Parts: sequence; C-alpha cells; structure tokens
Amino acid sequence: MRNIALIARRELGSYFLSPLAYVFIAIFAAATGAFAFYLGNFFVMGQANLQPFFTYHPWLYLLLAPAIAMRLWAEERKSGTIELLMTLPISTTQAVVGKFLAAWLFCGVALVATMPLWVTVNVLGVPDNGVVFASYLASFLMAGAFLAIGSAISAVTSNQVVAFVVSAAVCFVITVSSLDMVLDAFRGWAPDLIIDSISSISFLNHFMGITRGVIALGDVVFFASMIGLWLFINVVVVDVKKGS
Amino acid sequence: MTQMLILNGLTKHFGSIVAVDDVSMSLKKGEVLGFLGPNGAGKSTTMKMIAGFLEPTAGTAHVCGIDVTEEPMKAKAMLGYLPEGAPAYDDMSVARFLDFIAGIRGLRGKTKSAMVANAVEQAHLGDVLGQRIETLSKGFKRRVGLAQAIVHDPKVLILDEPTDGLDPTQKHHVRSLIQAMSSEKAILISTHILEEIDAVCTRTALIAGGKLLLDTTPDELAARAANHNTVVLSVDSAKSGSLTVALSAVPEIGNVEQTSLDDGTVKLRIMPKGRESVFSTVTDIVHKKKVTVREVYVERGALDQAFREITEKDDAGA
Repeated sequence: MRNIALIARRELGSYFLSPLAYVFIAIFAAATGAFAFYLGNFFVMGQANLQPFFTYHPWLYLLLAPAIAMRLWAEERKSGTIELLMTLPISTTQAVVGKFLAAWLFCGVALVATMPLWVTVNVLGVPDNGVVFASYLASFLMAGAFLAIGSAISAVTSNQVVAFVVSAAVCFVITVSSLDMVLDAFRGWAPDLIIDSISSISFLNHFMGITRGVIALGDVVFFASMIGLWLFINVVVVDVKKGS
Repeated sequence: MTQMLILNGLTKHFGSIVAVDDVSMSLKKGEVLGFLGPNGAGKSTTMKMIAGFLEPTAGTAHVCGIDVTEEPMKAKAMLGYLPEGAPAYDDMSVARFLDFIAGIRGLRGKTKSAMVANAVEQAHLGDVLGQRIETLSKGFKRRVGLAQAIVHDPKVLILDEPTDGLDPTQKHHVRSLIQAMSSEKAILISTHILEEIDAVCTRTALIAGGKLLLDTTPDELAARAANHNTVVLSVDSAKSGSLTVALSAVPEIGNVEQTSLDDGTVKLRIMPKGRESVFSTVTDIVHKKKVTVREVYVERGALDQAFREITEKDDAGA
C-alpha cells in the first residue's frame, strides 16, 4: 500500500508540475458548463437538475481521458525511467495501480472543479441532490474506466501521440458499442450472444443508468470490473514490453 | 557471506540473437569489478538481468545469496543500480526525486532524511537540491543517478557506465566516490574507457559477443599487451648505434626501434620476445658499454592494446 501511495503521489505531483493540469481542469470545467448551457439547453428546460450537464461527460472524457493517461507509461519508456522504476523494490502491479490512482484522482479534482454548477442549481431551485450525487459518482467511475484503458494502451508504445489516438479510438468504440454503427459490423456473422455481449459493455448505457438516479449494483460492478480488467492488461503489457 | 554477487550461467536471447551467453562469475565484498567490452558486447544486458529489469533466458544471479529470478523484490532491495544514461524523473527537483527513491527503498522519517543527506553529500549535490533535474548538466545528472543508487547504502552496486560523458574533473570525482565506498560493498561497473579500469578496479572481466572472455586483474590484462615489458631508453645519439647492435644480439630481445629526438638524444624501444622482462639484461649491457642514460622506463602494457588484441582474436576465431 505504501509503495502504491508513493508512486501515486509522485505521479500526481508530476501532473501539477506541468501546465497540462491547469489547462485540463480549466477546459474540463468550461466545456462541461458550456455543453450544459448551449447544447443541453440547461436554462430553456427550466428544470433544476443537472441532466444536461452530465449527458456530455462521456464525450468529453473520450477526448480528455486519453490525454491524461497517454503519458503514464509512454513517457517512462521514452525517457528510460521505466528501467529505474522497475528495478526499485516494487511490483509491477503496485506501479500500475499507483499511476492509475494518480490519474484518477486528478480527474476527480477536475470533477470537483465543476461543482459550482451544482451549488448554482441549488440556489436557483430544488434539485434532487441524490440524483446529482449518483451522477457525479457515475461520472467518476466512468472516468476511471476510460483512464484504465488509456493507461494500458500507453504501456504499449513509447509514443504519446500514438497512445492518445489509439486510446481515444478504443474508448470511442467501447462507449458507443450499443449503437448500430458498432453492432452492424458484427451482425450477420456473429452469434446473438456475442452481439449482446458487445452491446452490454457500452459505457453509455451503464452511465445513463446511474445518472437517472438509480445506483444499480450492476452498473457499479461493471465499471469496477472494467477498471480491474484493463489494469490487469496494463500489468501484463508492462511486464512483456518493458525491455523492448 | 563473502560472495556478494554470483552470476550463474546467465544467458539472454532476444529472438535468435544471443545477447549474453552463459556468463558466470562472482564478486566479493571489497572488490570493484570493471566490466569491459566493445559496444553491444552484452554488458548492459547482463547488468539489466542482475538488476531484475530483464528476465534471463537461462541461468540466474544471486545478490547476497538471494536468487534474482525467484525473489526479485528482495534482491532488488539489496541492490543499488545506475542504469545506462542515468535516467531520472526530469520534472522533479533533485531533493524530491531522492526523497521519492528513498521512500520506495523503505526509508522513513529521520533515517530517510539522514540517508538522503548522506547521499547528497557523497555525490556533491548540495548546490542543486532545489533545481529541476531537466535543468542540470550531464555531469550533475549522472551524480543524481549515483546518489539515487547509493541512497539506501546497498551491499551490491551495479553501475552502468557511471562516468560516460563526464569531463575529467567529474570523472575523477566519481571514481574517488566509487573507491571510497568500495571497502564495504561489492561493485560492478561497466565501461569502455580503459583508464577507468586502472583508476578504480581491482578486477576486470572482458566480455565480447555475449561471452565472458577473461576474468582477471588489470595488471594481468596489461601483461597481455604486445608492448608489455618493453624497455625504453634515451641515450646520446653518438652511442646509440653500437648499443642497438649489442642489444639486438641478445636472444631474448626481439626488436629495437630507434627514434631521433631534437635534443640530440635517441630513444630506443627495446621489445622483448615473449613479453618476459629483459630489464636487467638491458641494464647490464648499458653498464658494460658505459653509456649515459638520460631516461629509462619499462612499459607496463597498454590496456587498450590488450583489449583490442583479445577482442579481435575472438572475432577472427568466431
């Protein structure tokens, strides 16, 4: 645990040592707000809820989570510090989890930065704060899943741009996997069971499930196991690729 | 325990390429072993396997009796390792970086501060503690790498090209640091700078094409050079002719080279056959001829020459 905390602290410090952190938080807070007001018709609806605000989170994460995760391992490989890190007395799992937690906490900070909107809604009306809380939780969980994917992919390459583009593509496919544009590629040849499974990993469905205010155990478990699965892949990739 | 580092048939294949081929040797406390070899010989790969970064294809290494393939975490804890090029987290300050490494090394509280302070002092980093590592010169970066490797006072130190790219003063400093630590540790350093072997090593191992060719002392390595035991004399040019004739007549002496110098003297390089010492024979003849000698010395043998001869011989044989 102590090693994980040390790795996470170093990594988190490293986010705030670069301008990336401030740019990210500013853009995230501004974009979620702007989307809510302009695309989500926050005022026009005349309702005291944050539904329009949360609707656009998956699409923002699609762009921003790979940007946060891309440096986690690609940079270590590029600069050679992976050799330093992996010859310290820590396990690969500790390093992977520590780095992931740093990225996740960082996204958490960005989410907290959007909370003035929550306060505003409470001043203007009487929102269902339970739903808002559930939505924040869902957004945070989904961010974790996106980051776990991005972290695993960043371990495959030493090029951060490649890591970014590939992660964004993979995250996109998984996010919309319940839509026809993905499922059509499988219909016609794959059995129904596979099509149903692909459809069921869609982040969109699970996210929307929680933001409606129902914290279904299934959705929480889904995101948690997505994080677990991709971190496991991450560990394997680091172990296999570290020397090359 | 006397043997602090044991390599046992260490082998690494990358696909069909054999990078390290069955390397075995051992290192005692107090020894500094210089790992010599041309670029691509397998020095770094061997060190990476000891440090636990690469898994050996076959064989293993023991650090203080702990098998690096069976208990990698324990073995890593015993080791200090400076990877090639001294990579460090460039965006951190020197102080934060060393504090991070010391934390991961399991040090805490006052012990941690004291150990970090000690490493900082040994590596002479006091003036740059607050600076970001990316702003440091190459020499300082290398010293940060060294400080990182010694912060937990490890029993075994693996240093991959610790003085590469440093200026002469910095090199001297790193070497004195290695010497100062050597009595309490077993140290393995890799280099392709031969003077380094003379400067710090008690032993030297020569590796080429992944194979260990030689494991010996620096003196014995020098003895393999063609110019080992060559006697060099400076005499008045008037006497040089007859002296050369007399020396060439001695059966143990192979060749005598003459070089005229501007100050009216001639330098004679007297090369023995079979590299045995001919110094006393030479002085006897000089006495008999009553020649005044301006200067005399015996060449020990250039390490680089020995190095070239051994590695080239190996290339020809392969």
